[in-house]
Amino acid sequence: MNILIKNGRVIDPAQGIDEVLDLLIQDGKIAKVGKGLQGEGEVIDATGKLVTAGLIDIHVHLRDPGQEYKEDIVTGTRAAAAGGFTSVACMPNTNPVNDNKAVTLYILNKAKEEGLVNVFPVGAITKGLKGESLSEMGELRDVGCLAVSDDGKPVASGELMRRAMEYSRPFGLTIIAHSEELSLVGEGVMNDGFVATELGLKGIPWVAEDAAIARDVMLAEYTGARLHVAHVSTKGAVEIVRQAKKRGVQVTCEATPHHFTLTDEAVRGYNTNAKMNPPLRSADDLAAVRAGLADGTIDSIATDHAPHHIDEKNVEFNIALNGVVGLETALPLTLRLVEEKVLPLADAIARLTVGPARALGIPRGTLEAGAPADVTVIDPELAWTVEPQKLQSKSKNTPFAGWPMKGAAVVTIVGGKVVWKK
Amino acid sequence: MAELETVILDRAGIGRALTRIAHEILERNKGTSGLALVGIRTGGDWLAEQLRTRIAEIEGEEIPLGEVDITMYRDDLGTRGSLPVGKTQIPFPLDERRIILVDDVLFTGRTIRAAMDALIDLGRPRNIQLAVLIDRGHRELPIRPDYVGRNVPTSREEKIAVEFDDQRQAIEVRLIKP
Amino acid sequence: MTFRHKHILGTEQLSRDDIELILDTADSFKEINAREIKKVPTLRGKTIINLFYEASTRTRTSFEIAGKRLSADTVNITASSSSVVKGETLEDTAKNIEAMKPDIIVMRHAASGAPHYLAERLDCSVINAGDGAHEHPSQALLDLLTIREKKGRLEGLTVAIVGDITHSRVARSNLYAMKKMGMTVRLVGPGTMMPPGIERLGAEVYTDMREALRDADVVMMLRIQLERQGKTMLPTLREYARFYGLNLENLKLAKPDAIVLHPGPMNRGVEISSYVADGAQSVILDQVENGVAIRMALLYLVAGGESKEA
Repeated sequence: MNILIKNGRVIDPAQGIDEVLDLLIQDGKIAKVGKGLQGEGEVIDATGKLVTAGLIDIHVHLRDPGQEYKEDIVTGTRAAAAGGFTSVACMPNTNPVNDNKAVTLYILNKAKEEGLVNVFPVGAITKGLKGESLSEMGELRDVGCLAVSDDGKPVASGELMRRAMEYSRPFGLTIIAHSEELSLVGEGVMNDGFVATELGLKGIPWVAEDAAIARDVMLAEYTGARLHVAHVSTKGAVEIVRQAKKRGVQVTCEATPHHFTLTDEAVRGYNTNAKMNPPLRSADDLAAVRAGLADGTIDSIATDHAPHHIDEKNVEFNIALNGVVGLETALPLTLRLVEEKVLPLADAIARLTVGPARALGIPRGTLEAGAPADVTVIDPELAWTVEPQKLQSKSKNTPFAGWPMKGAAVVTIVGGKVVWKK
Repeated sequence: MAELETVILDRAGIGRALTRIAHEILERNKGTSGLALVGIRTGGDWLAEQLRTRIAEIEGEEIPLGEVDITMYRDDLGTRGSLPVGKTQIPFPLDERRIILVDDVLFTGRTIRAAMDALIDLGRPRNIQLAVLIDRGHRELPIRPDYVGRNVPTSREEKIAVEFDDQRQAIEVRLIKP
Repeated sequence: MTFRHKHILGTEQLSRDDIELILDTADSFKEINAREIKKVPTLRGKTIINLFYEASTRTRTSFEIAGKRLSADTVNITASSSSVVKGETLEDTAKNIEAMKPDIIVMRHAASGAPHYLAERLDCSVINAGDGAHEHPSQALLDLLTIREKKGRLEGLTVAIVGDITHSRVARSNLYAMKKMGMTVRLVGPGTMMPPGIERLGAEVYTDMREALRDADVVMMLRIQLERQGKTMLPTLREYARFYGLNLENLKLAKPDAIVLHPGPMNRGVEISSYVADGAQSVILDQVENGVAIRMALLYLVAGGESKEA
């Protein structure tokens, strides 16, 4: 089955391409990018559209197995496809935890049979995410995990994190660190600062994130492991990663659309859809995250797509669960950064494609000939409004309800197959 | 829509009416013994003050004076909302007194009902008599004044306004047609 | 002047005019509390539910008496006797209570924002009787009534609020209200108990209690609860008393006619010495008395809604 995408603005930061071209897909692989291409099969007219490598989200929660009432592999990958993502890395905090071969294989098989996009399971660093002993990372790697993480929780013990890095390195696994110093988080439920003071809510200070990221980055430097820092949200965290990269530490990091779009002001009114971990920070932090995206310190945009049932959000603020859905709003929020001149379009696309591909170590995120035919066609001008009930995700916990958006994926192609069309 | 206003009592007319009421009160009660005035806020309390002055001029004796605010006893919270609550000040025991309750305009009688409830919560007067400057009719309760300055036949839609100066002296009563 | 608020969620929402109306209304209601028959029929037929998720005998009793003196039917639901323990959500509890058609719900909850949650979802009025570390509007209003009675004014007065500002809803509600009334508010407490950015709400932040007390017209002491506020916040209550306790000696730094307030319950010998608590400058029992009048005023103003006087 061949697909020819004609007259789109092809943007492939991995190859430095940005011009109006045609793209030919043959046998599930990118065959060619060029002018005036001909081919048999389906023709997609992409005039006025952007054609990019399929977007990659290195940080999602598919909730499957165990919490299918929030999301499952089918609905989660459908939300991904609708948002233009062709690959997602799913975090291991499922029930049971993905700390063993059986769970990894379950995820991979279900994704293969029923999922719409590529799913890359992330294994647990520690058994049961308990932070006590290492999971069988070697076997996890063998059955298909590319990275390990205790996401949702930090690895509290410095010693254990050191051993995890030392142990994972020869297996080529990326460590995805959810870094926070829990004793500084305490009972905090939002960013520590003026808004928390006014609302009478307990605060999570930025130092809880910075101190933990500093430790993990230094451990990566010490052990030589490959570290990917999840969801950086503070000025200090960006600076720590920036300096580490300068020193040649093997560190990558991500920021979420909510952290580069919203501040803790969004919590006012005790809005539980503005409750997540790390929390929405100050305007200074937001500016620093944007600067980090612009200079490449932050190489990936990841959604931390965290579906929760309405019953888990429709409660008092301090007992509401952390997290928001993000797969279907990430692309327009990233394009908004381009419109606000935070970074050029090609860099923005890089943060959604080649950036996370490199962090995960997968040969995707590019339109190079021979690469898997994961392609996203984007209408950058398409105006729409976020209506939670219309989201493909099973859960509707978005802080962007009612927001006007510009830009959307109109065709999502995974392995040469159109999985989503708007 | 233009409103039509007619002055139905001027300062002199009000003065004569209050003097007559003062005489009638003294005559009916055979002097000032056990008498006290209680004015309904706001308007009635100021008229009560004027009545007290007149009674003092006639009898040479100041009788006790109090004021009652009926907001807490209203029966129309649901339809009229939370009106400002004023102070009730009755600096004498009500028990066994003859109370002259004073109001400016008698209309449906509901204000008087509320005022009587308020007084009875505060003690057990020997009797309560009612003095009003204007009786405009349209009673909704079996209440009748004992002393009236002037009877003014009105339609329901009309309004009666009693104007006071900054010495709290009534200076004019106007009938306002919608 | 009319009162436009369906709910009383905090003093932050109130204007200076609103606060003056509430204080004046409370002043009028106060007379009832001195009567032999302490009851007026104002809220006859109205149902008030006191929904208390946190134990608070004082505030609950005060609201209950206020409702009863206005002839409303008051029902108390406390966490221990309600279905809270069975794990019912706040929304379900609220909807169940609403199905019983109350006119007003008075709510105390440990979670900041819980009354706002209720107000958004229910048709009846909600009065916040204290939510987490957020607001406690009726306490601040009774404090203002007490100060106005004793000082004859509010404008221009200097108030020192001493204690755990971070966890204090009383401090926040007072700060909002006092700033609106043109008062100077000084806050002082241990470094672990001063929330970030509080000065942006118009407070003057002090670290030395003696300086905060200097020439103050009003001293407000907050209750310190070591068990609640965590072992890391303070070394000992003994040390707290030494640096942040009010006694006859440091009270002399305030104006000679300064008054002392405490929202209660007091820890005698910790944040306040008994000599001060029971002394001539203490107005702590006046606060309690004024609490009933303030709550009567709030219930009345909320129950009737906006005045429709022509």
